[in-house]
Amino acid sequence: MRFVDEFREPGLISRTAEEIRRLAGTERHYRMMEVCGGHTHAIYRFGLKDILPENIELIHGPGCPVCVLPMGRIDDGLSIAQEPNVIFAAFGDMMRVPGTQGSPLEHKARGMDVRIVYSPSDALKLARLNPEKHVMFFAIGFETTAPSTALTMMRARAEGIRNFSVFCNHVTIIPAIRAILDSPDMRLDAFIGPGHVSTVIGCRPYEWIAVNERKPIVVSGFEPLDLLQSIVMLLRQLNAGEAKVENQYKRVVPWEGNRAALRAMADVFQLRPYFEWRGLGFISQSALRINDRYAEWDAEQRFKVPGIRVTDPKAAQCGEVLKGVLKPHQCKLFGRECTPDHPVGALMVSSEGSCAAYHSYEHRKAAMETSLTSIA
Amino acid sequence: MCLAIPGKIVEISSGNADSAIIEVAGVRRRIDLGLLQDDRPVPGDWVLIHVGFAMSKISERDALEQMNTLRMLGQTEVAIQEVQGYGLEDVT
Repeated sequence: MRFVDEFREPGLISRTAEEIRRLAGTERHYRMMEVCGGHTHAIYRFGLKDILPENIELIHGPGCPVCVLPMGRIDDGLSIAQEPNVIFAAFGDMMRVPGTQGSPLEHKARGMDVRIVYSPSDALKLARLNPEKHVMFFAIGFETTAPSTALTMMRARAEGIRNFSVFCNHVTIIPAIRAILDSPDMRLDAFIGPGHVSTVIGCRPYEWIAVNERKPIVVSGFEPLDLLQSIVMLLRQLNAGEAKVENQYKRVVPWEGNRAALRAMADVFQLRPYFEWRGLGFISQSALRINDRYAEWDAEQRFKVPGIRVTDPKAAQCGEVLKGVLKPHQCKLFGRECTPDHPVGALMVSSEGSCAAYHSYEHRKAAMETSLTSIA
Repeated sequence: MCLAIPGKIVEISSGNADSAIIEVAGVRRRIDLGLLQDDRPVPGDWVLIHVGFAMSKISERDALEQMNTLRMLGQTEVAIQEVQGYGLEDVT
């Protein structure tokens, strides 16, 4: 395993890995989904798969907001920014994500006023600094990010800043987990719950997974030891035939979440009846729209939005990879037509997407091993 | 995307309790404390920051460990770049 030596308690890591091997035994196959893209990135980065026994399979979930955003939404957002005097503001993660007519960065090269911001409040600041322009913030993210967008809109409204709007693409994690569990080809035993989403929503929203679906879920931190301890907690539950929500990331995640953040979200957003997810299709009540009290700051209500729909390339098997039916490298396009530099499918778009993470670490490792073998 | 960056509160604005200066790895920037209004931090406290907003209070020990996690994830530079960008500094 990489990085063990520089980690604070290498001894504890090997003891935890030993405990995992003991609990996993050899009889049973365990399939666990890490929901969060940050966990997927950490699992590959730390090489955790190398120290897990073969009968523990980690399936990478849908928790990468850039990956699951349909291409049509990027086209819609960029289409608004074609209007005169509109500034398109978005996080850096969005800049290289392709729409059908190119990415925001490519539109910038063609003359569109595209700005990278690191905070929604800086998009609002841009609006204050450019009163003759309209600043449209292209908002993405799960419940980790949505409260910051909400609070920014509350500030815009309180200050009466009218040259600012949000093109809202915020999604919610629970309906995506439900869609995955409802899928007929899905076979999962347990979940590693998202860390930073849970600082906002807390642990209660996961209770139905344990109670109704009888699947254990452990909210986990991002360090190697956090993830290994979460796997130990899941194995103990599975071996005892239990299904509970547990919180391994107590140092950051309060069981009740962050009430102030939830209040801000409730003030500004309401659930959309349905929303499209790349790779998963339409999922009921899985995304947030801006409510009517904030209509003036809602780009979808202020501007004409074409409502572009782009079907994912048929050859890309993102849905199967998302549901764990296929491994990233088993997709027909992986590493050939679809690479991190030229992403075809959703999961190759961001470094937190499972295909991009797999490509960066496993694929490179395999290529290195092959070339070393050929030299030898 | 869901980067959470540990920062130490250096100063809270006298005129605006939701506005604070934090320090991350020697970089000082202004962030928003509005999401912690039920449990307000004071100067010297550590918080986890996401897209310019403090998300939760954490202990100093956990903050240092979180910095170490970012380093191991290869995300220290991304995190510092993000913090440097707050307030539109260095943003073109």
